[in-house]
Amino acid sequence: MSADLRYSDTERALASALADLLAAQSGWKDVLARTEAGESYDAGLWRAVASGVGCAGLLIPEPLGGAGASYRELATAAEQFGAFVAPVPYLGSAAVATTALLSAAESTVNTPAGSGASADLLRRMAGGGTTAALAAEFAASAGSGFPGSLRLAALRPGDESAGVARLRGTVRSAADALPADVLLVPADGVPQGLYLVDGTAPGVHRVPVSSLDMTRQLCDITLDDAPGRLIVSGEAAARAVEDALAAGAAILAAEQLGLAQRCLDMTVGYVKERRQFARPVGSFQAIKHRLADLWVSVTQARAVSRYAAACLASGDEDTPVAVALAKAYCSEVATHAAEECVQLHGGIGFTWEHPAHLYLKRAKAASVAFGTAGAHRSALASLASIAPP
Amino acid sequence: MLDDGVLSEETLTGDEIRERVRAFLTAHDPRTMPRQDFLNARWDAGLAWVHYPPGYGGLGVPRALQAAADEEFARAGAPDNAPERNPIGLGMAAPTILAFGSGEQKSRWLRALWTGEEIWCQLFSEPGAGSDLAGLATRAVKDGDSWAVSGQKVWTSVAHHAKWGLLLARTDPGVPKHQGLSYFACDMTAPGVEVRPLRQLTGEAEFNEVFLTDARIPDADRIGQTGEGWRVAQTTLMNERVAIGGARALPRESGMISPAVTLWRSRPELRTPVLHDRLLRLWADAEVARLAGERLRQQLAAGEPGPEGSAAKLVFARLNQEISAFEVELAGADGLRYDDWAMKRPETSNLYGRGPGFRYLRARGNSIEGGTSEILRNIIAERVLGLPAEPRADKDVPWKDVPR
Ligand SMILES: Cc1cc2nc3c(=O)[nH]c(=O)nc-3n(C[C@H](O)[C@H](O)[C@H](O)COP(=O)(O)OP(=O)(O)OC[C@H]3O[C@@H](n4cnc5c(N)ncnc54)[C@H](O)[C@@H]3O)c2cc1C
Repeated sequence: MSADLRYSDTERALASALADLLAAQSGWKDVLARTEAGESYDAGLWRAVASGVGCAGLLIPEPLGGAGASYRELATAAEQFGAFVAPVPYLGSAAVATTALLSAAESTVNTPAGSGASADLLRRMAGGGTTAALAAEFAASAGSGFPGSLRLAALRPGDESAGVARLRGTVRSAADALPADVLLVPADGVPQGLYLVDGTAPGVHRVPVSSLDMTRQLCDITLDDAPGRLIVSGEAAARAVEDALAAGAAILAAEQLGLAQRCLDMTVGYVKERRQFARPVGSFQAIKHRLADLWVSVTQARAVSRYAAACLASGDEDTPVAVALAKAYCSEVATHAAEECVQLHGGIGFTWEHPAHLYLKRAKAASVAFGTAGAHRSALASLASIAPP
Repeated sequence: MLDDGVLSEETLTGDEIRERVRAFLTAHDPRTMPRQDFLNARWDAGLAWVHYPPGYGGLGVPRALQAAADEEFARAGAPDNAPERNPIGLGMAAPTILAFGSGEQKSRWLRALWTGEEIWCQLFSEPGAGSDLAGLATRAVKDGDSWAVSGQKVWTSVAHHAKWGLLLARTDPGVPKHQGLSYFACDMTAPGVEVRPLRQLTGEAEFNEVFLTDARIPDADRIGQTGEGWRVAQTTLMNERVAIGGARALPRESGMISPAVTLWRSRPELRTPVLHDRLLRLWADAEVARLAGERLRQQLAAGEPGPEGSAAKLVFARLNQEISAFEVELAGADGLRYDDWAMKRPETSNLYGRGPGFRYLRARGNSIEGGTSEILRNIIAERVLGLPAEPRADKDVPWKDVPR
């Protein structure tokens, strides 16, 4: 096996710079306050991680103004976003939408490299000034087919000459779409394609929904004859959506790893301090063994998360297996870690004033996003030739 | 931690290692040379374990280069040192001797150890001291230039083939238990050393009881200082866990999952939805564990050992048990049969051989041998996570005064 499962020096440096920034600007109290203030995304923090650490354009090639890094670096950053339950649209924009656009740009063979609508948009996204989101349910997973809830509608006079298509339909519970400047809309019809829709265009309605994970606000999107521009169609559009959902699952797995590690650290710190029966509760073996087991699962999660990022980065043919393994495994480890975090903090862990619930909600929601553990294990049935009865 | 070779002045590339092996093979034709002579020559040329120091079978180059040498020898059809016959020697004795042995001891033991001429076993556990190894009672009393050793060891794997045993014995009962131990190489063929087979629940006897009755061990065979035995033993145990748990480059579907998926694929009539679900989970867990082993290997090769080795052994035990349990159920009616209960003393311990029933039963030992899973969790909790130790009654009391 050639995949390097360790962290490079660059990755380590990126992680520590991002951790410092998030610790300074996105403490859990700020995150919690924001969920109640009706301003669920932290635009200032996003600007800071985009300009300070270059997180918005990690995947975007240098000629387009990005960092020209890979999924390995993006995954490393994702671990930190998970550790801080940071309310920024990095997943939807820097991972999912960026992957869809890169995939689309690769398929548009007739346009010279660096030109075309996808490249233009990527150029604007590289610095974080513009964000984009895929108009798809957060629960959608790669391999479940082209989303069918948005369709082409009848054209209006003048559309044809302006190169505009009309899009119609509803998508429920989309992630990172609320603050997005541009929506990438997979629409059924002739041609089936991926369209760019300006968030401010007439006929675009986004309604925030009360989300299980209030640190990653979801919204329902309704398009009512909204104008869109085709960037890629047919097979290539389907591929762009698939690639985007697969990348989303792998990067989310890294986020889950970071979240699990943070929950473990928080809990270990607490049980060392908290005393009952005249000794630290962390000296009771029942608790030590649970935390030892959790640490063991985190070591496993780290290996598989690194593997998925490495496979995506090198375009390895094992990528579908790696992504399914990572999302299946890390989903369970993260939820387990967050649940242990609540339990081993006792009553205080059950309160609103303690960060444990932010992690629990992020972990549980993430375990459904881009396909549950079960869905990804089912995908392994065909990927690994373990045929059902 | 694992020995990682003292870097010599020259650092070689994989290609240069391959070239050396090819040059060696030109001078030593494996088809005409007797096996033992060939292996001795390979050791003398520093091509046995390349990360070991020059003079002790290596070249002092990074461990990662070993694969290149092994591949080149395998390609030429050269005999290997049958590592499966000497797991304790290669996995545990060698790194301990390298770390704590004198120059004379290294020269005397390492070559025959590596070639497999001399098998090593581990004389640690006793009837009264398993998990609480430091509480052991076997006594070694200094008598001139040698030690007189008496006591009983138990569950001693491969002792019946072994020339040497790694022996932990009490040399001073008057100090707290960890401080009064010393570490020896015990000649298993010496008078006063008696090895009796101990049958295990699989029917066969991989392990033994070893009775030591006034056995004489020359002081020259003591490893490390008198009273330093516990520290030396830590090196052995750490290496044991890594050796059992992983840190090897293995292909997908190796180990216990292999017979299970093979059975699944070849017998469609055995499949049910519930078993399918379980197999997918086990397959995924096994693959993740393999990746974690690979990551551990990469860290060791890069000289950045982490504490992940103890995780690997825990996961290995749990998965072997769950997968083999699954396989017995998948086999259904065939799972009710057992291949052979006859008492035998096998040459090697093959966890994945024979039938599902054997695999299931043998896997129960995986969470006991080399430190139980409970003890490993204690170690992770205290040494990795830094959680406080439980109150203890035996730590600062002289060993002879500990209530038993
Ligand atoms: C297949 C096999 C091969 C072996 N080969 C060798 C060998 O070659 N050489 C050798 O020296 N030994 C060998 N052993 C012995 C092995 O190392 C011991 O059996 C093991 O360390 C456990 O010791 P014990 O059997 O005395 O169990 P005990 O220590 O009596 O443990 C009994 C139970 O109590 C639990 N327990 C004990 N202490 C604690 C604690 N502090 N906290 C929580 N739970 C605890 C244990 O986990 C276990 O479940 C082998 C064992 C097996 C099964």
